[in-house]
Amino acid sequence: MIRLILALLLMAFCAAAHAHKPSDSYLAVKAESGRIEGQWDIALRDLEYAIGLDADGNGEITWGELSARHQEVASYALARLQIAAGDAACTLQVTDHLVDQHSDGAYAVIRFGAECPAAGSLKIRYGLFFELDPTHRGLARIEAVGVTQTAVFGPERAEQTFNLATPSPAQQILDYVREGVWHIWIGFDHVLFLLSLLLPAVWQRVAGRWMPAQRFAPAFWEVFRVVTAFTVAHSITLSLAAVELVALPSRLVESVIAASVLLAALNNLFPLVSGRRWAMAFAFGLIHGFGFASVLTDLGLPRDALVSSLFGFNVGVELGQLAMVAVFLPLAFALRATWFYTRVVFAGGSMAVAVLATLWLLERAFVISIFS
Amino acid sequence: MRVIPLLPLLTVAALLSSGLASGEPYRPKGPAVVLERLPIKAGDARSRALAADRARLAAAPRDPALAMKVARAYYELAGAEGDPRYIGYAEAALAPWVADADAPADILYMRGKLLQWRHEYAPALELFGRALQREPGHYDTLSGRSAVLTVLADYAGARRDCEQLRVREAELYWASCLAYIDGQTGQAAAAERRLADLLARHPDTGPAGQLWLLTRLADLATRLGRPADADGYYRRALALGVDNQLLLANYGDFLIDQGRAAEAVALLRDWTRADVLLLRLTLAEQALRVPEFKAHAQTLRERFAAAALRGDTLHRQEESRFQLRIERNAARALELAVANWAIQREPYDARILLEAAVAAGRRDAAQPVLDWLAQSRHEDPQLTALANSLAGVKP
Repeated sequence: MIRLILALLLMAFCAAAHAHKPSDSYLAVKAESGRIEGQWDIALRDLEYAIGLDADGNGEITWGELSARHQEVASYALARLQIAAGDAACTLQVTDHLVDQHSDGAYAVIRFGAECPAAGSLKIRYGLFFELDPTHRGLARIEAVGVTQTAVFGPERAEQTFNLATPSPAQQILDYVREGVWHIWIGFDHVLFLLSLLLPAVWQRVAGRWMPAQRFAPAFWEVFRVVTAFTVAHSITLSLAAVELVALPSRLVESVIAASVLLAALNNLFPLVSGRRWAMAFAFGLIHGFGFASVLTDLGLPRDALVSSLFGFNVGVELGQLAMVAVFLPLAFALRATWFYTRVVFAGGSMAVAVLATLWLLERAFVISIFS
Repeated sequence: MRVIPLLPLLTVAALLSSGLASGEPYRPKGPAVVLERLPIKAGDARSRALAADRARLAAAPRDPALAMKVARAYYELAGAEGDPRYIGYAEAALAPWVADADAPADILYMRGKLLQWRHEYAPALELFGRALQREPGHYDTLSGRSAVLTVLADYAGARRDCEQLRVREAELYWASCLAYIDGQTGQAAAAERRLADLLARHPDTGPAGQLWLLTRLADLATRLGRPADADGYYRRALALGVDNQLLLANYGDFLIDQGRAAEAVALLRDWTRADVLLLRLTLAEQALRVPEFKAHAQTLRERFAAAALRGDTLHRQEESRFQLRIERNAARALELAVANWAIQREPYDARILLEAAVAAGRRDAAQPVLDWLAQSRHEDPQLTALANSLAGVKP
């Protein structure tokens, strides 16, 4: 009968999906010049199975029972983790024992440190629990010189090497240039602000009325003035914010940016400022700079290469703007006298931008969600 | 520094913040603070015996009988508790034979079961095949393979294995094996009569065997439109006092479907560790609009994020329902259900896909399930209703 019971029992499971959270540990390693700091979260359930924590066998693990065995926990775990910087092994020292809750229960938190020579790579050999539970995984996050890498350690991938080499300064600047281009490209509010200011550049105001510009040169120089003023202004505030000299609340910044887009568009429909649009570009450019800065903060600026990466990002933003202008200006100049440009692009476009900016403004100022 | 594109960075950061850093580590206030409650007390007789076997196995790791004993014990625990750790422990017990194609049939079979648990059906079938080469007519392997083939909707193959059991096993073994497949393939009423008859004529069947029969009977009665009888079967199964994930999951779904969410909550309240059951609990709490719903939904969210970090795809069924009912993301739910259907094709998998397809208005994605429904002649008014509501959707 026992055989039947077992067989039927086994059959009964086959149909079910078993998606209970499996055994994972969470390893975070931070490498800075000559020093490694780490935190390793290991499930109490797994430690119980490996070395036994529930001293009184009552099915509960208390902080007292865990702390009584901190020594064993540390030596058991650290014997199964080897970190080497380049070829030099690092001797790991436990600095603290804490506790944390994950989605599936309590974890022992081991904090450790090691003096390690600075090297271009970090080699981690992970062997926790594999002999007890081959399905165990070590989920690792390695942070060095501002780059975060993640990895999953398993029995088949117990040793992994992480490249920590800092990219060459030229490469680094280039990366930031690319980010700058990307962010002007996806930053619709900046683009629309600039375009709204540029739309009338191919015209000139004669006796209170718009007239198509006669020659290309004045249009070009008008665009040049506006773009340069915008650039200079946002470069100033971007730099100030990036070095943390000035900080503005992002709700304010984002709201004012939306307002600037709205004003630029309305100014086309009901002209107030017609002569000195570059001044408007400059004034609002200051605020747009804070907007760019928040992007840079998200990226995380390297402290050792602050100036060059800031420069790179700015150059990228400029290149992005120039590319836009290079497409816009010839087209706008060619079409400037047409009905299409006057009515559809200029009036219709400005109107659409104004509506969009109003929605942005409402969304950002009152923290409500209109798009989405 | 290398600039990392923002979007992937944020995605990773979100995953890390949910999976890796679930909060700030802290120092508990005093030694008496209870940090964790273990599912099994170290002091109780069963776990003491298991621990003793484990210790003996550590001294003699190549003893096949002892290894099988330990592996079986952990496999059963996994089925009772729903914790995949036990599958890992069982795997570790069988590690000496991991590359051994000529291992004893028992061990090949058990390794196949462990693979099956992880939904790795093709390698599981290969191991079953090898076990049967070593020992033709190996009972566990034949019934196990029949079950895998049923999961893959290969009913003819599954039936063949049941028929083979007929050669040397008693009626109960092969008859329940066949009746189960009949119940999936258009003969639900006959299958129910057959299983009920077997249950009545074998009162000496142990609790696990009875539980299997009763769980199947409950499913058949549900599909035959007799919920009161189904409820009776479920209650009899629960009264056996055996923890079993499949029973709890099925009864939980049944109660929710019957609009008895409060009873589902009572049934599953203490099972938050197992994702399969936590999902049902959360769905029941959602139906009742109770405050616990939010915290449990968040726990599920974090568990799915942690599984994604690991690269696990075992929880597609649960994640699909979670996306559909709780995140209300029909497109993602459908994606998961389609991926799941590519791996396994049981009625429950069909239900998940149909529900997601109906919500997403995507009849095309459900076509393989509609085909399966027609070919298998599987009887289930719930699936039929879902399929009919898809018929109104443009292909």
